[in-house]
Amino acid sequence: MEYDPTLLLQVEGVSKSFPGVKALDNMRLDLRKGEVLALVGENGAGKSTLMKLLTGIYTREEGQFWLNGEPLEVKNPREAEEKGLSIIHQELDLVPHLSVAENIFLGREPVTAALFTSNRTQVKRARALLESLGMNLDARQKVGELTVAKQQMVAIAKAMSFDAKVIIMDEPTSALNEEEVEQLHDLIRGYVKPDTGVIYISHRMPELKRIADRVTVIRDGQYIDTLMMADVTTDQIISKMVGRAINVDAKPVGVRGDRATILTVEGLTTKSLLKDVSFELKEGEILGVAGLMGAGRTETARAIIGADPRESGTITLKGKEVHFRNAAQAAAHGIGYLSEDRKGFGLMLNLSVTHNIAISSVGDKFSKFLFEDKKAMRKAALAGEELLKIKTPSVDQLVKYLSGGNQQKTIIARWLVKDCDILIFDEPTRGIDVGAKEEIYQLLNRLAGEGKSIIMISSELPEILRMSHRIVVMSEGRVTGTLDGPTATQESIMALATHPEEVFA
Amino acid sequence: MTQQPTTLVEQQQQQAKWKSWLQQLLALVGLVLIFLVFTIAAPGTFATKENITTIVFSAVVIGLIALGATLVIITSGIDLSCGTGLAFTGAITTIAIVQWGMPVPLGIVVGLCSGILLGVVNGSMVALMGLPPFIATLSTMMIIGGLALVITDVHPIYYSKDVADQSWFLWMSTGEVIPSVPNAIWVLVLAAVVAYIIANKTIIGRYDVSIGSNAEATALSGVNVKKWIIVIYAIAGFFTALGGIMMCARLGSVQPQTGSGYEMQAIASAVIGGTSLAGGKGSIPGTIIGALIISTINNGLRILSLPQQWQNVVLGLVIIATVFIDQLRTKQAKNA
Repeated sequence: MEYDPTLLLQVEGVSKSFPGVKALDNMRLDLRKGEVLALVGENGAGKSTLMKLLTGIYTREEGQFWLNGEPLEVKNPREAEEKGLSIIHQELDLVPHLSVAENIFLGREPVTAALFTSNRTQVKRARALLESLGMNLDARQKVGELTVAKQQMVAIAKAMSFDAKVIIMDEPTSALNEEEVEQLHDLIRGYVKPDTGVIYISHRMPELKRIADRVTVIRDGQYIDTLMMADVTTDQIISKMVGRAINVDAKPVGVRGDRATILTVEGLTTKSLLKDVSFELKEGEILGVAGLMGAGRTETARAIIGADPRESGTITLKGKEVHFRNAAQAAAHGIGYLSEDRKGFGLMLNLSVTHNIAISSVGDKFSKFLFEDKKAMRKAALAGEELLKIKTPSVDQLVKYLSGGNQQKTIIARWLVKDCDILIFDEPTRGIDVGAKEEIYQLLNRLAGEGKSIIMISSELPEILRMSHRIVVMSEGRVTGTLDGPTATQESIMALATHPEEVFA
Repeated sequence: MTQQPTTLVEQQQQQAKWKSWLQQLLALVGLVLIFLVFTIAAPGTFATKENITTIVFSAVVIGLIALGATLVIITSGIDLSCGTGLAFTGAITTIAIVQWGMPVPLGIVVGLCSGILLGVVNGSMVALMGLPPFIATLSTMMIIGGLALVITDVHPIYYSKDVADQSWFLWMSTGEVIPSVPNAIWVLVLAAVVAYIIANKTIIGRYDVSIGSNAEATALSGVNVKKWIIVIYAIAGFFTALGGIMMCARLGSVQPQTGSGYEMQAIASAVIGGTSLAGGKGSIPGTIIGALIISTINNGLRILSLPQQWQNVVLGLVIIATVFIDQLRTKQAKNA
């Protein structure tokens, strides 16, 4: 592709390496004037690296950027904003305890004599801006008091206040509901004029179909293709992303019949949230746990493994009542918990893949009288790497350099090495791209097929419906119903998840 | 013939290994440079056999407690009680041997146990009561500093060379199994080897870095984090007691008012040697080099007749410089 001055933003032949990986290799991308371009790729495909190069957080090794026909060279995000390129990150960089107006003009407050900022001018300007964008926001309100959707609006208003020609949105809708997504899309449509454009990064295919004109697919740091959105199906895009054809609607293999009960939870109650939670887990079963945010699903898992104290209730494991005081005791009894927050509660990011796999078992399997057997540890890590197809240049690699899906597989390997019978997955595919998701699903099915019992907590209803043999639905700390996997529907789950009062009335 | 690294990753890992080697080499070069500077600045007085022996004796005590400090800092904790802990454990050992007439080996065991107990108390406050390590060990630092004065009645207690048993105690530090090399050095070397094995060959070291890297995740991985934190503080207490004993053996007495201030030198030794105060990373050989650097600077400045207050100023600046260099290095590694 040659340099084309009519394009709004052009990326040509850009490369960037990190220790052990070539993050971007001869990347290209072009944004036309007046369009919304979807940018898709698996986690680790190089999207965020590209964003960081564009805004000067990283420096590129090869290649060239053009913005509006001019070569683009920036050293930091602020400079990029001033040149008309704004990025709205997934985690919004707004200051919660400052007002809307203060956030918009942060760092370039209107200044009166002697360095005093002029709050009145600032609010006035912010109001004018919000009005021109048709945003119904109070310029004086603290950003922390706003919903995520409204905060998103503030971030957009901030970008617009720089007179941005190009706005890049990184997963802007991950925290929004349907209605709010619509609002955001209206805002984007209003923003895109003949001389501006938007790059829209998302995993949510239906949304991309609605908002984007074209889609650019990247994979493993390389440019794959750019297509007209109207001409492609979701499956076609996904197969380009993962490099092979996949069927996103595949159902689980072999729904289990009656099996022996391995774990019984009865009347589990905690001080903070849980009230009389009861359910059973059968051998070789995938038990889905559905519910809205704050329903008490994670709390249930933590109470079972003893990470949080319980007030009352009994837990029976293989016919014996157990009372774990910490996760170490639960692990010793073959129960492994995989947190929804991989970075906070799952991984030792600055340590190797080997360490992260072996940490649960080093005390009993890989040591003799305190001395560890490094060879056995490494062997187990290599076995885990191969079994779960963990993509890493080496098991000595620091786990922070792995993609989300491979990090998740590392934690799964940890519990397989430990020989756990019961695995509690809390949001197993959160922040994982489509291809890796599919692998995790197949893995869960395989584990269940091999007789492992799985509790799968998930907020994604399609995931719950597709994977679960049975579904426990929770709301406000209670179990509001148990459904049969094959017959359950999104509607039947949502009814139980949102209307607990009817159940208990 | 050695196998050549083939892939890019292997090369980079090789480089990372070299870098970590280089870091310790740099510290060593720093030590040599500092030594040369003082040799030139104080001709005839610094680089003498007597003075180098003095440096070594001070490095032994700082080094011993710095070994424990390193293990604790790797958990992202801190142990401020190791300074006054020297006086406290030294006092208990001395009282046991001199006043109660215990045989020396038994007295030493009692002293070591008092150190381990101190560590268990520290670790329990951190792990079970959830106190921040800084606060927990600051309190014990004050408590045992006070107790050391109470049990000795604020008076030094002296060993007697005439009692055969007690002269053996002093021999542990100042005797020379190999001529011209005081035994204290061998104690430090042995302790460093033990600490190195703990840090690099045992599950204690594995849990140590894991807790420092992410304590929550380590706990949810099925590691009894609370227990191991107590164990690690207890090991630190053991090294403190060893330091206290060696200090008494060197001085031929317990000086109940000394010790305070050593904790900062121990922490500085660890940091200079490449241990990260953020936790998850540390080096035992680095700590020993750090202790030698601190003792050399201390001694050199004294030889140059710089008043004590200025010695502290210089030490502070050295710590700032090392940590700053370390941060530059970390940043570089991130941007590479």
